[in-house]
Amino acid sequence: MAEASPVRAALADAARYGLIAAALAFPILALRAEPDFSNKLVLEPRWSWMLGAAVAAFLVRLAVALAPARAARKPAAAKAPSGFAKKATKAFAAFGLGLIVAWPFIVLLTLGPSGALKWIDNYGVQILIYVMLGWGLNIVVGLAGLLDLGYVAFYAVGAYAYALLATNYGVSFWICLPLAGILAAFWGILLGFPVLRLRGDYLAIVTLAFGEIIRIVLVNFSALTNGDAGIASIPRVTFFGLPFVAGPKGFAAFFDLKFSPIHRVVFLYYLILVLALITNLVTLRLRRLPIGRAWEALREDEIACRSLGLDTTKIKLTAFALGAMFGGFAGAFFAVRQGFVSPSSFNFVESATILAIVVLGGGGSQIGVAAAAIAIVGGSELLRELDFLKQVFGQGFDPTQYRMLLVGLAMVVMMNWRPRGFVASRTPTIFLGERKTIAADLVQEGRG
Amino acid sequence: MAAAQTLLSVEHISMRFGGLTAVDDLSFDARRGDITALIGPNGAGKTTVFNCITGFYKPTSGRISMAPNGVIDPTALDALTRSGARGANGLHLLERMPDHEIARDARVARTFQNIRLFSGMTALENLIVAQHRPLMRASGFSLFGLIGAPSYRAAEQAAKDKARGWLERIGLAARADDPAGALPYGDQRRLEIARAMCADPVLLCLDEPAAGLNPRESAELNALLRSIRDDGTSLLLIEHDMSVVMEISDHVVVLDYGRKIADGTPAEIRNDPSVIAAYLGVPDEEVANVEQEIGA
Repeated sequence: MAEASPVRAALADAARYGLIAAALAFPILALRAEPDFSNKLVLEPRWSWMLGAAVAAFLVRLAVALAPARAARKPAAAKAPSGFAKKATKAFAAFGLGLIVAWPFIVLLTLGPSGALKWIDNYGVQILIYVMLGWGLNIVVGLAGLLDLGYVAFYAVGAYAYALLATNYGVSFWICLPLAGILAAFWGILLGFPVLRLRGDYLAIVTLAFGEIIRIVLVNFSALTNGDAGIASIPRVTFFGLPFVAGPKGFAAFFDLKFSPIHRVVFLYYLILVLALITNLVTLRLRRLPIGRAWEALREDEIACRSLGLDTTKIKLTAFALGAMFGGFAGAFFAVRQGFVSPSSFNFVESATILAIVVLGGGGSQIGVAAAAIAIVGGSELLRELDFLKQVFGQGFDPTQYRMLLVGLAMVVMMNWRPRGFVASRTPTIFLGERKTIAADLVQEGRG
Repeated sequence: MAAAQTLLSVEHISMRFGGLTAVDDLSFDARRGDITALIGPNGAGKTTVFNCITGFYKPTSGRISMAPNGVIDPTALDALTRSGARGANGLHLLERMPDHEIARDARVARTFQNIRLFSGMTALENLIVAQHRPLMRASGFSLFGLIGAPSYRAAEQAAKDKARGWLERIGLAARADDPAGALPYGDQRRLEIARAMCADPVLLCLDEPAAGLNPRESAELNALLRSIRDDGTSLLLIEHDMSVVMEISDHVVVLDYGRKIADGTPAEIRNDPSVIAAYLGVPDEEVANVEQEIGA
């Protein structure tokens, strides 16, 4: 009897999960609305789908419950990485960087110019933009511990700064790039002032509202921004003055290459790579300076900071300004890449994605944020390539419809598996004897 | 002994939270080179007084003045009070200053009753953060630091040496690179004191530094506090542990229900009937007798 009870408990537990899954699946899977011949919607029952979901939930839960209990995790306070682990991490980082630098050429050589475009643009440039945005937001959320739900506002400021200056005054991208950063930093400070006294949920609400205000201003200030229609025909990126065009004055002719649109994409790839690496380098440097330590101290305990004479107002404003500046750079890059900006590119979902990248990466860790950007952006792009599922579910099945559902599911699983993100531990910025990583349970997340 | 100089002067401060008067018309002085103890039963308002001095609360009324480098000159103080400024000529009115300026300009550092270390940062990092201001200036507000200028590196090395000195002094040199949150309780208490000292204060305010310490740790703490005083930093401490108070303080102020009931040397306090009454509790008629005796 004593031996049977855990199994019985597991069965009961799994049955409960199966029931919940069935209840959830009923509105989502079991009923499908189809237009009939007279174009009226009729409900077509699909009970087998609902049953399948319930059985799957039952079996998975049963397997989890009956799996041998995981060994109790030891709360390792601080551990010095062993020599091997250190070397392995370094080797992995060097390999990763090498792969990223060589990526366009690897793809070009394996797939040829026409096949490579998607892999450089969607999987290269797109991911690197989010890596950069994640690193920028990481200053505010990960280091300073200030929850910012409106980060996309600075991305928008940067994008519109370039779009407006370039289309109205013909200012070159290379001049606009620093200007976009400065303007975004200025807006970062403007946002910073009203939220200085707010913490936690209240801070999050105000930053969320700020992001929406910027977007709504862009929609309604038609005289300047052309409203919802956006700004089109923004000058494209040039190779330091050489345009990527087919004519004799183009980049291809100058370097005696056969013209191909891939040149521009490869150049954009390296441009955003350099911008992202600069963001990373500056952040890593700042972390070891008094200002970076003050950000982290602010995240750990704001009251203690003030008792030591640190002006928390200035510290918060610098965090907002610097994070916004990198968002502005990324925005200018976005505008020059797309050649078109409109308010719909800067909605709340973008802010949420960037924040999800930072949280999933593990606030404060640069490599974790990069990995999370690759996982979230690259993963959701990869889910577009699910055509093989048609073989499983029949031709009527459209896998792209389930893309965001799967992304959400993956995030729920991830956050259950690693609640503090990929790299939750913290590396000290200064040391006397040896640098030991600090376990996540000691590091505060900041309360606003 | 030279005439003791007044470093911090608290005059007639009251602190009301709605209908509750936590501190009622309290006045006392802390003299340079002294260890001044603020004692009283639970709820007497000691921590509230601390929060008023360090700027975390603004007192409802009253004046708190501090002369980090000189003496409090009454005429200069009155002129400053009338001028409406926060401070002038090395004299500061703490009730007008925000908390971080009190720490920075009036050079009052404090510790907390419930320890507030940066738990996810190492012991060393905690002490380096406390030296933010000199380091920030040396880093050219991050510009020189960003390019790795040698002048900044020298300043950082100096900050590190200072931190190492304090870690050795509190016996934590071996744990410099461990996170502060993983240290044992007694070590955290000492580390918090060292962190406050790294901010280079003239007056160090300690809120129950001996709470939760065993007798041996408590004796070590006494030695540490004495050595801090002998090195030129004055101390103001709240304490329940009478062995600490009586052994190391030069001057004791006793609070009860937000009022000062005694003020003097440890020996005077020990024999004060109102203090004994406040601590041990006495029947009502005896309180009346005692109050009559002391003219309350």
